[in-house]
Amino acid sequence: MDNYAYRKFKNRIFFVLSFICVIVAVIPLLSILFEVVVRGAPQLSLGFLTSLSSEGGIGPAIQGTLILIGLTSLIGIPVGIMSGVYLAEYGNNRFATWMRTFNDLLTEFPSIVVGITVFTILVLSIGSFSAIAGAIALSFMLIPIVARTTEESLKLVPNSVREASLALGVHKWRTTVSVILPAAKSGLITGTLLAVARIAGETAPLIMTILGNQNFFLGFAQPMDALPLRIWRNALQPSAAVQAQGWGAALVLILIVLGLNIGVRLASRGRLR
Amino acid sequence: MNWRLSGDNLFKTIATILAASAGFILFITAYTLLTGSTPILQRFGLYFFTGTQWNPVPGREIFGALPYLLGTLVTSGIALLVGVPISIGIAIFLVEMAPRTLRVPISYLVELLAAVPSVIYGLWGLFILRFWILDYIEVPLSNYLGWIPAFSGTPFGLDVFTAGVILAIMIIPTVSSVSREVIQAVPDSIREGAYSIGATKWEVVRHWVLSYGRSGIFGAVILGLGRAVGETMAVTMVIGNAIGPAAIPTSFFKPSQTMSSLIANGFLEATPASLELPAYLGVGLILLLLGLSINVVAHVMVTRVLKIKGGAVE
Repeated sequence: MDNYAYRKFKNRIFFVLSFICVIVAVIPLLSILFEVVVRGAPQLSLGFLTSLSSEGGIGPAIQGTLILIGLTSLIGIPVGIMSGVYLAEYGNNRFATWMRTFNDLLTEFPSIVVGITVFTILVLSIGSFSAIAGAIALSFMLIPIVARTTEESLKLVPNSVREASLALGVHKWRTTVSVILPAAKSGLITGTLLAVARIAGETAPLIMTILGNQNFFLGFAQPMDALPLRIWRNALQPSAAVQAQGWGAALVLILIVLGLNIGVRLASRGRLR
Repeated sequence: MNWRLSGDNLFKTIATILAASAGFILFITAYTLLTGSTPILQRFGLYFFTGTQWNPVPGREIFGALPYLLGTLVTSGIALLVGVPISIGIAIFLVEMAPRTLRVPISYLVELLAAVPSVIYGLWGLFILRFWILDYIEVPLSNYLGWIPAFSGTPFGLDVFTAGVILAIMIIPTVSSVSREVIQAVPDSIREGAYSIGATKWEVVRHWVLSYGRSGIFGAVILGLGRAVGETMAVTMVIGNAIGPAAIPTSFFKPSQTMSSLIANGFLEATPASLELPAYLGVGLILLLLGLSINVVAHVMVTRVLKIKGGAVE
């Protein structure tokens, strides 16, 4: 049957084509990782990681990124988790439906828009670029993601667990804090850390909030450096040595971001499903 | 109502207030951009949306955002043209074709693409992808097809096309993972029915699975469009940063500018008292409205499709 052979051949062709799609998508990933490691690794040394940019290092940028991650988590995680608790535990009303939609919209928000908003309300009114403004801009992006993942992990906790606790006469808030949240712990931690990893590499909102700084941390109300900013600025410099420092900074950033990402996924594998 | 201060009430109140943060963030963003850009909208009115000049020099100020709006639309369009077929191919491979052992590692690798920070895409685009595209795509195309206006100009590598390609790579994880979920949500009975009348695997996918999941996949594509429209850093680093009428993307091989890259490049140089700052806020407002409307459409389409799945499972 000729027609049948042709159809089988077509089937084979499309199998190969769909596999080629996978290859095409994986090539950029491998190339990025390869280039970042090959061009960044020769830069790495204790001096590079700890010294000022005027001395050819990225110390302030690393410090700034860590401070930003910390501050953003401090603001964003509690708000995000409580917001997710509301959506999961009290969220059977119209207000919650709206907030859920808003959170969905915010997770896909153009990040630069958050940057110019925070610039206008904070930086302009205070009169100075600051680490706090950067952390608030990043929290605006972190809160919706954490709220959504919290809601999803709390919904995975079976209702019988809630009912059992309430039947024992435990208050609802106590049930949430001491029974539901611990039961959803692994999902919560995974989701939150993945969200933080996603935020850590954000650049656009930082341009107009923390600005960048040649020095180490000067205070929460002062401009600050961060790895993504340093990579961007160095990449656009004509000097090959400065560009190379940019690749070094990229390697450090990708180690932080992918390290968090892969580490969390490996650690939670099997426990989630 | 006899509301009294108890642990339960206090906890619920705090949670409610914090849950309202989503509304607060959305409101304050829209409000800030709207009030911030009022001066520019009052002064230039419709010209701000249809004009092409951009001159911040005091006394001769004129601001038209059309080239950057076009830049955003054209680069996102290229991203969809290149990225969507690849993403759907990946989704089909993962759900219908791949051996079970390959599924998890491959979907994991594709998801890692989403974890790479945008500035690193930009760095890679600026130093590596740019030359691949210049040598293997742009130079041949411009040699043989340079008479077509879309391929005119001297290829340089930092242009509309490179920006579109890098956006295509960046939307692949979003589009492919959502389409994968949509394809998985197609009931097996559909596939079984198709196989039973003798269809090959490809025919099942082509005629039954894809048409059943059509609206969900369309939603995935729109979601990808939303990502492409809002993306900033990678585009800023490879698009060549033209300004004014020169930024109108008349050819693929021409430096241009998107709304987000315009803001990223120029915002810090704007003097706060001038009209330049309101102009950037106005561009931000257009970007916000565009991004929000795209995501509302995507949201409605994707949730409607995946809800059907939820109902069928329970």
